Amino acid sequence: MAKLVYDKDGRLMYTKEMNDEGYKILVPMMMPVHFGILMDAFRHEGYNVELLDTNGPEIAQTGLKYVHNDTCYPALLVIGQLINALESGKYDLNKTALMITQTGGGCRASNYIHLLRKGLKKAGLEQIPVISLNLSGLEKNPGFKITLPLIRRVIAGLVYGDVLMTVRNQTKPYEVNKGESDALVEKWQDKLSKDFNEGKSYRFKEMESILDSICGDFAKIEKTGEKKVRVGVVGEIYVKYARLGNNDLEQFLYDQGCEVCLPGVMGFAAFKIDNRIEDIKLYGGSRAKKKVCEIMLEYVSKTEDMMIAATTKHGFQPPSKYAHTKSLVDGVIGFGSKMGEGWLLTAEMLELAETGFENIVCTQPFGCLPNHINGKGMIRRIKEINPKANIVAIDYDPGAPRVNQENRIKLMLAVAKEELDKRIVVKKKGSKKDNKEKATV
Amino acid sequence: MRLGLDIGSTTIKCVVLDENNKLLYSTYERHYSQITTKIGEILNKVRKEIPNVEKSLVALSGSAGMGVAEDCGISFVQEVYATRVATNTFIPGTDVVIELGGEDAKILFLSGGMEVRMNGTCAGGTGAFIDQMATLLNVPLEEMNDLAKGYEKTYTIASRCGVFAKTDIQPLLNQGARKADIAQSIFRAVVNQTVAGLAQGREIEGNVVYLGGPLTFMEELRKAFDEELNTKGTCPENSLYYVACGAALCADSTIDFDSVIDKVSNYRGTGNFAFNPPLFKNEKEYEAFKNRHAKATVKEVPLKDYDGLCYIGMDAGSTTVKAVVMGENGELLHSKYLSNSGNPVPIIKDFLQELYTIKPDIKIKASAVTGYGEDIIKNAFCVDYGIVETVAHFTAAKSFMPDVEFVIDIGGQDIKCFKVHNGAIDNIFLNEACSSGCGSFLQTFANALGYSIQDFASLGIFGKHPVDLGSRCTVFMNSSVKQAQKDGATIEDISSGLSLSVVKNALYKVIRASGPDELGKKIVVQGGTFLNDAVLRAFEQEMGVNVVRPTISGLMGAYGAALYAQSKSQNSSELSTLLGSEKLENFVHKISVVNCGLCNNNCRLTVNTFADGRKFIAGNRCERPITKKAPDESMNIYEYKLKLLEEYKPIEGSRGKIGIPMGLNMYELLPFWHRFFTELGFEVVKSPFSTRKLYQKGQQTIPSDTVCFPAKLMHGHVKALIDEGVDTIFYPCLSYNLDEKLGDNHYNCPVVAYYPEVIYNNMKEVHNITFIKDYFGIHRKKDFAKKAYEALSKYFPDLTAKEVKNATKLAYEEYDRYFERVRARGDEIIAQAEKEGKEIIVLSGRPYHIDPEINHGISKMIGSFGVAIISEDCVSNKVEKFKVGVLNQWTYHSRLYAAARYVSTRDDMNLVQLVSFGCGVDAITTDEVRDILEKNGKIYTQIKIDEITNLGAVKIRIRSLLAAIGR
Repeated sequence: MAKLVYDKDGRLMYTKEMNDEGYKILVPMMMPVHFGILMDAFRHEGYNVELLDTNGPEIAQTGLKYVHNDTCYPALLVIGQLINALESGKYDLNKTALMITQTGGGCRASNYIHLLRKGLKKAGLEQIPVISLNLSGLEKNPGFKITLPLIRRVIAGLVYGDVLMTVRNQTKPYEVNKGESDALVEKWQDKLSKDFNEGKSYRFKEMESILDSICGDFAKIEKTGEKKVRVGVVGEIYVKYARLGNNDLEQFLYDQGCEVCLPGVMGFAAFKIDNRIEDIKLYGGSRAKKKVCEIMLEYVSKTEDMMIAATTKHGFQPPSKYAHTKSLVDGVIGFGSKMGEGWLLTAEMLELAETGFENIVCTQPFGCLPNHINGKGMIRRIKEINPKANIVAIDYDPGAPRVNQENRIKLMLAVAKEELDKRIVVKKKGSKKDNKEKATV
Repeated sequence: MRLGLDIGSTTIKCVVLDENNKLLYSTYERHYSQITTKIGEILNKVRKEIPNVEKSLVALSGSAGMGVAEDCGISFVQEVYATRVATNTFIPGTDVVIELGGEDAKILFLSGGMEVRMNGTCAGGTGAFIDQMATLLNVPLEEMNDLAKGYEKTYTIASRCGVFAKTDIQPLLNQGARKADIAQSIFRAVVNQTVAGLAQGREIEGNVVYLGGPLTFMEELRKAFDEELNTKGTCPENSLYYVACGAALCADSTIDFDSVIDKVSNYRGTGNFAFNPPLFKNEKEYEAFKNRHAKATVKEVPLKDYDGLCYIGMDAGSTTVKAVVMGENGELLHSKYLSNSGNPVPIIKDFLQELYTIKPDIKIKASAVTGYGEDIIKNAFCVDYGIVETVAHFTAAKSFMPDVEFVIDIGGQDIKCFKVHNGAIDNIFLNEACSSGCGSFLQTFANALGYSIQDFASLGIFGKHPVDLGSRCTVFMNSSVKQAQKDGATIEDISSGLSLSVVKNALYKVIRASGPDELGKKIVVQGGTFLNDAVLRAFEQEMGVNVVRPTISGLMGAYGAALYAQSKSQNSSELSTLLGSEKLENFVHKISVVNCGLCNNNCRLTVNTFADGRKFIAGNRCERPITKKAPDESMNIYEYKLKLLEEYKPIEGSRGKIGIPMGLNMYELLPFWHRFFTELGFEVVKSPFSTRKLYQKGQQTIPSDTVCFPAKLMHGHVKALIDEGVDTIFYPCLSYNLDEKLGDNHYNCPVVAYYPEVIYNNMKEVHNITFIKDYFGIHRKKDFAKKAYEALSKYFPDLTAKEVKNATKLAYEEYDRYFERVRARGDEIIAQAEKEGKEIIVLSGRPYHIDPEINHGISKMIGSFGVAIISEDCVSNKVEKFKVGVLNQWTYHSRLYAAARYVSTRDDMNLVQLVSFGCGVDAITTDEVRDILEKNGKIYTQIKIDEITNLGAVKIRIRSLLAAIGR
């Protein structure tokens, strides 16, 4: 066990010595495809990270035990997953650290790390250092540095993840040979992990060609051509993506015979950078800081172009441009609404509705403050703008039974199916050459 | 032919339609959660009665039927969708359908943009809710309707959750309110919940159709809807069967009856449910356990054989009344444990009469009463002492374990527990938002499954695989229980699982403990719920310690009261003032209800009159209706702040009126914006202070029913301004608040920051006026004038930058002046309290907690105990910035930490924190404030407030706090 070093405020730091001793850094799961690749970006930098893929009710129970029960569900799960792992006996508690993201925004999520430390204290695990992963310079650790190359690799990892998720979601429901899409995802994940571990594949040139190959690979998957209900998923970032948080919503929708679209995480990254620019526009501030953010946004924008180029070339529906998504909420909600998912959540719903995913599940942890505003608070307006929008808001928390959630989603799907059937009938009447097409839900 | 099944949360419905969609057959039965068996029975029955039914197309609907349908190969139709199909077929031209079921409430908008709404994660306002309320009133469900017909007045009752409603209703009952009035009020609450929770801004108009059990059976409930919606809805023939009919209409395949009946009757579930270790390994272990607990007992002596002095203790609890007669050496002479049936007065009367019959020459030395009904019992029977529940329980616990460290009492609807520190009560936990850790929780399930509570509980003792049901709400638990049943859990497993859930709720939701070390090793458990061995065992198992459960566990409050009466009367030579047998003979109790009307709170008073003309008024927050004098408010900063804000009156200006909705952060920023706009030549009109009526005006447009009440009120304020004819409303978004240099950042919470966006997108009316919701950066003083000019000149092109600059300067000055005045007054109050030797309560929360509609007059109530009241901002400036255990990033919350720190330095100050229900941010602040206080040996007291708040629970807290600090 390395020496425990504290900063001036008494926070236990992650030291070089710890890293040199090969401390295992545990990371909670959020997006399986993305995070799997990202881990190798960290490994390449010399961190011994491990992504937790644990599941089951005991995680929420552990969370309930160590975190204030009125705290948002993602905090319960993330902290529950980490402490549950520590208590599993699988890890050497004198050589383990934890990593958790910290956004620094005005929502409760910025406090997860503190709640985690409180939980560790309660559990008698105070010797475990916690690393804050953030771009706001919130907490510093001598043994963990966020460097520019690391940031670039992380961005590349997220881009790959987004594209894999996007194309997979477009092929999987329609594949003739079941399982092909998931197998391809796995293949690419393995390859990219290997590349990342070796420090490769994060430069724009490399990315362009790899993205092209990924999309080309998926384009070869044979599809049935049937019509399916298309459902978009938006929400608080954790419950939107994490299986643990949303009772595996993606799989449920897929089992119900839907095509699912989850807007990618790069939009969220752009949003977080853009917030700083908007703040300066709205309230004044340093021009230099604004410039830096603009350069970062530009960088992100280039990755978007790559994603769009690769997907479009191979006949996939491309992810939207951030700038376009943003333009959709102009006059609906102010760009200053930045806490949590902010106006981006509203914008994603509008964008989904615009691109043929009128059926939307808006996920949030029970009592999520920003979602009172940007999610539930905007549904009425979205329906005014796009009357076809068929939105169901689902709350997730440890007490909400899955049956009730699924029942509500099924209601949304029943309406969706009816609309789809109508459209098919209209289409049939228009051109009689179509053979028997039937919507499946 | 088409056959449709509807499996709801409590009932199962089946219909058969012919080719013309005419109803050939229908049946409606309760299923007592035996869903699969019932399906089999019904299919068999239909087959006998309707020839050729086997050829019909079949579909199944209903929330409880989802999994079963799939497993038995029947096609499933979502129930709201089924309702829609049925309504469109049978009653074309319907605009809105309102359907209430067992656990669901739904509104369907059929015309003009189809929309369907279901209740989210809350089952308030559904059939289950009315069921619970009927139980509470102790009337059969069928009588609720007749009862409601005879109402004279209605009370405001929260319907969001049965628990909240219970806490509203119980005090009303205890204060003697009429059951008819309460029944009607319950219906109104259901209507409010449905409209506010589900309409979400959409008008309910046109042809309205009522469906589902409660609306079919209860005419008064329909009337209540008619009245609220200003319409005349219809309840069609067969209104119970719409879902089933819808399923039939959607049916597109036939089934093989034999194979389905076979499948459902052999339906075993997967056996795949999470479970815990059994409570007892075997009978022997259970015997040992029973013997151990039998030791904690008191000596019992029959009353008629006892000749010494007696002490009477009574505990008029929320659902039960307990009373004991105790002898001089603590022996138990007589006791009663009864359901309170909604009114404790006749029960206590019977109890006393019984005593006088058993022992006509009884020598009662002293008597004491505790519990919800304390006041009325004390007044009705001239009881010597009233005592707060926590103290009563502590007193009793000490007699069993003198060095007790932790006492937990789980009653019918309350959890009370506290730690003991240096022989005084410290750290009180009460359940406020949730009753899921209580006895009524088990009772509900026992009843739902068709058992008595005793039978049900004893089943659990030997459950082999106690189902892991987690913790949380009764309503959610319902669905989980059904799921577990479907998965093959036995009734024994469920019973023991529920006992575990009660314990987990109590431990992790109410006490928030992580282990026994935190609570101490010496634990006394009491309350009726612990008489249940399964619960007791689960508690020991979960905590990992053996605890003491007195055999009189259910009587501890009353026993403690008797002990208290004994110790209080030690030095007195007089006998008790308790009504004697003669006076009891002529005892009469009359109740009338009036509105106080002496101040803004307008309390609804229950006036109890007794035979000898004595009167007792209940429901009041202050002494005013009794003394007819205004209470002294000079020591209450909440009142002072309200007065200060009233001083900001409209001043006519050249640029016309600008309206400011008085809610959320405006409670603090009014001085700023008032001065700012007045200087710019606007007449600043603020909306009136909140009232219930004002809230209801805006409630139809609230999109999220789980947002905090202060935010919900904003809809009413904006509406009030518009109704007043104001055509420009200023309600800006503010991500940041002013930086008071106390924290790491200075955000507003997301709701305070961005609620204007919700108003703008959900209230149609604001689009007919100028609604200014731009983003302003008051935290950047230097840039403010320039940015404000940019934003405002869009609306007022004739503004000049110079004007705005000047107004900005003055606005900041006014803001500072306001705070100086508040703090100066705070200092005066502190100084005065020091002089008079008064305790000072720092009643902390948010700026908007001074709104009397939000704090429900709590500051007045606390003031009535003779303490001085200041707010957190009066002292937060008295400490330097310091490091806290969380990210200290919200301005309002930084003040809380600072105030806690300051309070810790003073012996004469204590902190009470007001927390609005649904405030996510306070999940973080409350723990931290508690930490700061407890580190310094202070007691932390939290009061959760919502739309409606039960002042009874608040009183217990405050009295316990005052008792603990030795007042």
